[in-house]
Amino acid sequence: MALPLTYNFRNVLVRWRATLATILGIGLVVAVFVLVQSLAIGLEKSAGNTGDPRNLMIVRKGSTAESTSQVSLAQFQIIRYWELIAHDAAGTPLVSADVVTLISQPRRDGRGEANVSVRGLTPVGMTLRPQVKLLTGRWFIPGKRELIVSRKIARRFAGFQVGESFRTAGNTLSVVGEFDGSNSAFDSELWMDADEARSLFDRQNYSSLLVRAANPEASREIINRIESDKRLPLLAEPEVKYYGDQTATALPIKILGNFLATAMSIGAVFAAMNTMYASVGSRTREIGTLRVLGFRRRTILAGFILEGALLAAIGGILGCLLALPLHGVSTGTMSFNSFSETVFEFRITPWLAVKGITFAIVVGVIGSLMPAIRASRLPVIAALKSL
Amino acid sequence: MAEPIVTIRELSKVYQQGEIQVMALDRITLDIAAGEFLALMGPSGSGKSTLLHIIAGVDRPTSGVCLVQGIEVTKLNESQLADWRNHNVGFIFQTFNLIPVLTAAENVELPLLLTRLNRAERRKQVETALEVVGLSDRAKHLPRQLSGGQEQRVAIARALVTDPALIVADEPTGNLDSHSAQEVLGALQALRKDAGKTIIMVTHDPKAAAFGTRQIHLEKGELSP
Repeated sequence: MALPLTYNFRNVLVRWRATLATILGIGLVVAVFVLVQSLAIGLEKSAGNTGDPRNLMIVRKGSTAESTSQVSLAQFQIIRYWELIAHDAAGTPLVSADVVTLISQPRRDGRGEANVSVRGLTPVGMTLRPQVKLLTGRWFIPGKRELIVSRKIARRFAGFQVGESFRTAGNTLSVVGEFDGSNSAFDSELWMDADEARSLFDRQNYSSLLVRAANPEASREIINRIESDKRLPLLAEPEVKYYGDQTATALPIKILGNFLATAMSIGAVFAAMNTMYASVGSRTREIGTLRVLGFRRRTILAGFILEGALLAAIGGILGCLLALPLHGVSTGTMSFNSFSETVFEFRITPWLAVKGITFAIVVGVIGSLMPAIRASRLPVIAALKSL
Repeated sequence: MAEPIVTIRELSKVYQQGEIQVMALDRITLDIAAGEFLALMGPSGSGKSTLLHIIAGVDRPTSGVCLVQGIEVTKLNESQLADWRNHNVGFIFQTFNLIPVLTAAENVELPLLLTRLNRAERRKQVETALEVVGLSDRAKHLPRQLSGGQEQRVAIARALVTDPALIVADEPTGNLDSHSAQEVLGALQALRKDAGKTIIMVTHDPKAAAFGTRQIHLEKGELSP
């Protein structure tokens, strides 16, 4: 039978000065691990929040982002009148031809310039993206050189507040409203009128089409029809899938996070090992006593590993608590798909916290393994005689 | 002499210290009767602790036989020995050896965790054991909140809580003032008288040895008459 859990728990607490440094060390490792992973999760979440299952995204075959894709007016006209497309109450086909381009703007904090995505779209485009809500100001008016800005982008760039204006492509654009994209990819965009954007940025073509299929059957049919029609060198896929595939940016963050955490955890393993060796050293007689009373080697072994795990778990919880204040804080990075600023939030999910604490426990178990083996192998009589 | 609980025949223990062989026990032959309170005396290094450890199944002899309640203890493997000790021997140490983070009651309960008793049964036995040593009111105290004498009485309670036939004590009064020593020795004497336990006590102190029913002396690993 195992030793009572309170025995291990109190032993961790009783040497609190010695264990505090180890707990803090493990806590910091876990905090770094959790924060970097929460960035990746936030990025994926932002992509995952984007799109409506009924919508299809149509881009040029082979293009990796809307800003590098082209859809001609002729192609737009062909697709627009297919009977497979859903219509609104007024009979207008639910197809939005968008223009997506990048503009370079100075950052608000003065640290140089960065690319921002500008989406030109029609009122239908707004209908198809109901998650975008106006917060202040008003929507842009078609035919006018004005735009609305996501609040998260507005915070990060100069000249994007409602009422301000800025120059781009030789023209002045006024900011008339601020919107919230409900943590979707649209939080990283500026929106304006599609035709105005085409003329301003001198674009013959659109970048992409967003269409709503009449029904799921029609959705599959649209995909097949575009695939087989030689006049349409385009690719149609569900909007949700399109944005889901845009999470490649999260990968290097994840790799960096795992690398950092692994490197730091090696240090933490040695810290845990040191603490546990000290603990075994100062409890030699106690271990001898337990063995004399009839506790087996494996019970002693398990007891010390459990203590290491317990110590590390406390560190893990501390690490999660250290990381928690950043939950929901928005940040940005350059997306490797669109080459523009992507904003997203740190997202510390319960699952991530579980992963962080598990990670800490693994560190604790590895660190306490050698000291625990040493404890379980102490010769009983010598242990009893130790001071 | 009553039926022996411990039968020792030609028992030897040799330690290797570098190149030198040290004869800790030299062909000891001894019977200890059930219900005896045996005081094992002798100078430092005479082998008395070694003998005690072999009888209690903590150490192994180099040669010879040691039967305890008819069981050849020296033939048991490590795990069997651990179980056997738990059920058959109660230990009392010079330095008390209580677990500092556990309360008196929890310390007394430790050996019972290895038995099949449930929590209520364990609690009851712990209460009884603490009552026997007169420390019921100290059950929730940590060892550092107790005096030396009280600590040793908690250790006695821990030794008798599994109701073993044999209790071994290694210099149980070595770290105590004379008053506390009297209390502890009195408690051991009572265990023999009232509960019929067999007690083997290693001691330097002739006054302590006087509490025993028999005294034997070891000198250089041999029993001296």
